[in-house]
Amino acid sequence: MTSRSTLLMAPALAWLTGLMVVPCALVLALAFFRRGIYGGVEYTFTLENFAQVFDPLYAGIFLNSARIAGTATLIAVVIGYAAAYAIAAAPRHRQPIYLFFAVLPFWSNYLIRTYAWIVLLNREGLVTQFLRWFGYTGEPPSMLYTEGAVIAGLVYNYLPFVILACYAPLSRLNPELAEASRDLGGSAFTTFRRIVLPLTLPGIAAGAVFVFVLSIGNFVTPALLGGGRFQMIGNLVYDQFLTANDWPFGAALSMVLIAIMMLLLTLQAFAAERASGRATVREEAV
Amino acid sequence: MNRAILVAVFAFLYIPIAVLVALSFNEGGLPTVWSGFSFKWYVSLASNNDILSAALNTLIVAIVSTAIATLLGTLLALGVEMRRKRGSALEALIFAPMIIPDIVLAIALLSFFSMLDVTMGLHTIVLAHVVFNIAFVCSVVRARLKSFDWSITEASADLGASAVTTFRRITLPVILPAVVAGALLAFTLSVDEFIIAYFTAGAGRASTTLPMQIYSMIRFGITPEINALATIVMAVSVIALTLSQRLNRGMIGQ
Amino acid sequence: MTRTLLAIDRVTKNFGRIAAVDDVSLAIRENEFFALLGPSGCGKTTLLRMLAGFETPSAGKILLDGKDISAVPPNRRPVNLMFQSYALFPHMTVRANISYGLEMERLPAEKIRARVDEIMATTQLSQLADRKPEQLSGGQKQRVALARALVKRPRLLLLDEPLGALDKKLRGAMQMELKRLQHEVGITFIVVTHDQEEALVMADRMAVLKDGHLLQCDTPHEIYERPADRFVADFIGVMNFCEGSAEQYGVRAANDALIAGTLPDDLSPGSAAIAAVRPERVALSPTADIANRVSGTVEALAYHGLDLQLHIRTALTEKPFLVRVTADAANRRPVKAGDTVEIGWAAEDTRIFRN
Repeated sequence: MTSRSTLLMAPALAWLTGLMVVPCALVLALAFFRRGIYGGVEYTFTLENFAQVFDPLYAGIFLNSARIAGTATLIAVVIGYAAAYAIAAAPRHRQPIYLFFAVLPFWSNYLIRTYAWIVLLNREGLVTQFLRWFGYTGEPPSMLYTEGAVIAGLVYNYLPFVILACYAPLSRLNPELAEASRDLGGSAFTTFRRIVLPLTLPGIAAGAVFVFVLSIGNFVTPALLGGGRFQMIGNLVYDQFLTANDWPFGAALSMVLIAIMMLLLTLQAFAAERASGRATVREEAV
Repeated sequence: MNRAILVAVFAFLYIPIAVLVALSFNEGGLPTVWSGFSFKWYVSLASNNDILSAALNTLIVAIVSTAIATLLGTLLALGVEMRRKRGSALEALIFAPMIIPDIVLAIALLSFFSMLDVTMGLHTIVLAHVVFNIAFVCSVVRARLKSFDWSITEASADLGASAVTTFRRITLPVILPAVVAGALLAFTLSVDEFIIAYFTAGAGRASTTLPMQIYSMIRFGITPEINALATIVMAVSVIALTLSQRLNRGMIGQ
Repeated sequence: MTRTLLAIDRVTKNFGRIAAVDDVSLAIRENEFFALLGPSGCGKTTLLRMLAGFETPSAGKILLDGKDISAVPPNRRPVNLMFQSYALFPHMTVRANISYGLEMERLPAEKIRARVDEIMATTQLSQLADRKPEQLSGGQKQRVALARALVKRPRLLLLDEPLGALDKKLRGAMQMELKRLQHEVGITFIVVTHDQEEALVMADRMAVLKDGHLLQCDTPHEIYERPADRFVADFIGVMNFCEGSAEQYGVRAANDALIAGTLPDDLSPGSAAIAAVRPERVALSPTADIANRVSGTVEALAYHGLDLQLHIRTALTEKPFLVRVTADAANRRPVKAGDTVEIGWAAEDTRIFRN
C-alpha cells in the first residue's frame, strides 16, 4: 500500500520540489550573495543584503507598510468578524448561501476588484457624484492615490478571506456554551468577551496573519490605488527584480517577508494551542 | 442587528462590482453620466487584437495548467489519503503553494528560470501555475476522500476486481465530482492569476495574458473597454465557481 | 407536603404552526425531585428551556415564588440549567468553570474560593481542580457541570438528560448520587429524561408528556399502578394489552372471554376499550378464586436473575402474553418451552382504558 501511495504522489511531489522548493531555496541562497557591478549576481557570501533591510531608508518603508497593512488587517478583522458572526447566527440552511456570496468576490480577479475602487474613488467617480447629490459644491475631494484608498482596497480584497477564517470557529462553537454562560448569570457582553471571543480567537488570528502578510507583500494595490506614492515591501521586491536589478537584495527582502509570516503563524499556533486547553506539563504531573 | 450587518457587508462587497458592471453598458462611456444602455464597448473589445490575443493566451495557459494539475493533484490526494501515517513535512509541502505570498513564488521562479537560461513564455507560466493548482485540486479532492470508505475498494478486490478496475469502477465515480470541482477552481485561479504570470512570462508581448493586459490598461487610466472586459472575466469566474460549488458542496469553505 | 415553588400556568409554546408545548400546567413543590418524562419530541426540553429563560412562552405564565418570571432573561433568574452536552467551557479549568457563575454575581474572590472548594469537595472534584474539560472522563464532566450549576445555590436546578451521555453501569450509580446530592443541598431539581426507569428511580413526582400535552402528573408509584391512559401504561414499565369492547364488569375480548375489571369513569359499556395487566401481576396455575384465567403454551423463557419472564401464547391476544414470576415460584413449578400452562390474575389488577 505504501509503495503504491508513493507512486501516486511522486509526479506531484516532483513538480512541487522542482518548481517550488528548489526555486525558493535558490532565493534563500541568492539573499546571501553580492550584487554584481552591472546587475547580475556575484557569488561571494555576504550579509550585506540583510543589513541593507535595516538601513533607515528601507526600515522606514518597512514600518510604513507594516502600519498600512496593520490598519487594513484591523479593519478587515472587525468587519469580517461581525459579518461571520451574523452569518453563523443566521438559520442553518441559509448559512452556506450567505457564505458562498461572501467569499465569491475573493475568487474573482484581484485586479478587477482593485480597479472597481479606482472607478469609485476617482475625482469624477461615484463617491464624488454621491457627495454632489447631497449638495456638495466644492472641489472634488482627492480620495484616489491616498493611504486611505490603499487601505480601502486591501480591506475590500481580503475581507472575504477574514469572513471565511472567522466563520469556521464561530460555526463550530457549541451554542450551548453561550447559553451556559447566560444561565450562570453572564450578560450578553460578558458572554461574548469571556466565552465566544477566546474560543474563536485562533481563527481570527489565522485570518489576520494572512491578511497582514498578503497586504505587506502586496504591490498591485499600492501601485494602482496609491499611485506609486506608497511603497510596500511588495513594491520594493518588485523594483529590485524588475527595475533596479538588485536580485540579492530583492531575495533578502522576500526572505524577510517569509520570516515575518512564519513568525506570526508560529505565534498564532502557540496561542491556539493554549486556547484549546491542551494538557500542560504541570497538570500532567498532578 | 445581524441582518443590518449582513446588508452592510454585502453592500460593501457588491456595490463596487455592480457599478463596474453597470458602467460597462453605458453608451457614453463616461463614468459619471448615464447616457443609455449599449453593448458597444463589448463590440469594440471584439475588434481589439491585443485583448483577443491575451484572451487566447490566458485560455491556453488555464486549460493546459488545469489539465496537468488536475491529474497530478488527484493522484497526490489519493496517495496521501492512502497512507496510514501522517507526515507533517509532507503536509507542509502540499499546503505551502497556497500560503506562500505570490510575489515570493514569482521571483523565485523568475530567478530559477533565468539561472537555467530557460526562455520564458507561455510554457513557463504553465509550469508555474501548475504549482499552486496542484495544491488546490489536491485539497478539494482530499476533502472528499476524508469521508471515503476505503473498505469498499477492499470489497471490490475481494469480489475479484484488479486495482485498475477498482479505481475505474469504484473510486473514480465517488471522487469525480470533487475532481471536476477542483479542476474548475484551478481553471478560475489560473485565468485570474496575475503576479506569477507577470514575472514568468518573459519579455515581449507574445505571452501577455489577460490579467497582464488588464493591468497595463488600468495603469493607463479608466476606459469603458476595461469595464466590459472586467465584466466578462468576472462572469466567467462566477459561472465556473458556481458550478464548482454545486458539484462539491462546501468546497469554498475549505 | 410543602408549598409550591414553581407554578407553570397554562403555558403554550408555538414554533411556527407547531405547538411544542400545549397548555401545560404543573406545580412543583419546594425541595422536590421532579421528573419530566416523555419520548423525544414530546416538548419536555422546550418546557425546560422556558424555565431556564432561553425560550419565552407563547401563552401562559411561569411563576417562581409567586412572581411571574416568563420575561426575565436567563442571566437574571435564580434558576440554573445543567446542559445535556454539559457545555463546559473548554478553555477554562474545572475550577474556573465552577467559579464563573459566582464571578458573575461579583462576589469577593475569597468567598468564591471558599464556595468553589466546598462544592468541589461535595462532588469529589477537588483532585481535578486544575484539569481542562478535555482531560476529564464522562462521569467527571457530568459532576463538573453539576457543581457549576449547584455552586450558585439556585432556587431551582434544571437537568437536561443528566445521565444520557453515560454508560449503563455508571448511570445506575449516578442516579443514586444525584438523589443524595439533592437531599444534601436541599435544592429543587427538575430532571428531563426519556428513560422511564430513570424517572421511576429518582423522582419524588413525575409528569408524563406527549406531543406537547401533559398526560399525567403524580408519584412514580401512582403512575405505575394507575396510569391515566393507554399511552402512559405502555410507556412506563411493561404491560400486556388486550383489545375488546367495554362491558359493565370488564372488557369482552376478541375470543369472547370476559376480562374482569373496573371500568374508568369516562368509559361506558359498549365503547371500544383495552384491558391491561402488568406481567408481575399474572400468576402461573392460579387458585380457584382468581377471576381472570386462560390457558396457553409456553413459547420462550428468559432469565433475568431474580425472576423469570415467560412468553405464553394464548387465545386472548395476538402477541404472546408476558408473565413474570419470581425464581422461587419457578422452582416450585418448573416450566419449559412447549408446556401448556394456566395463567390468571385478579380483577383488581386489570386496568381498563379507552381505545
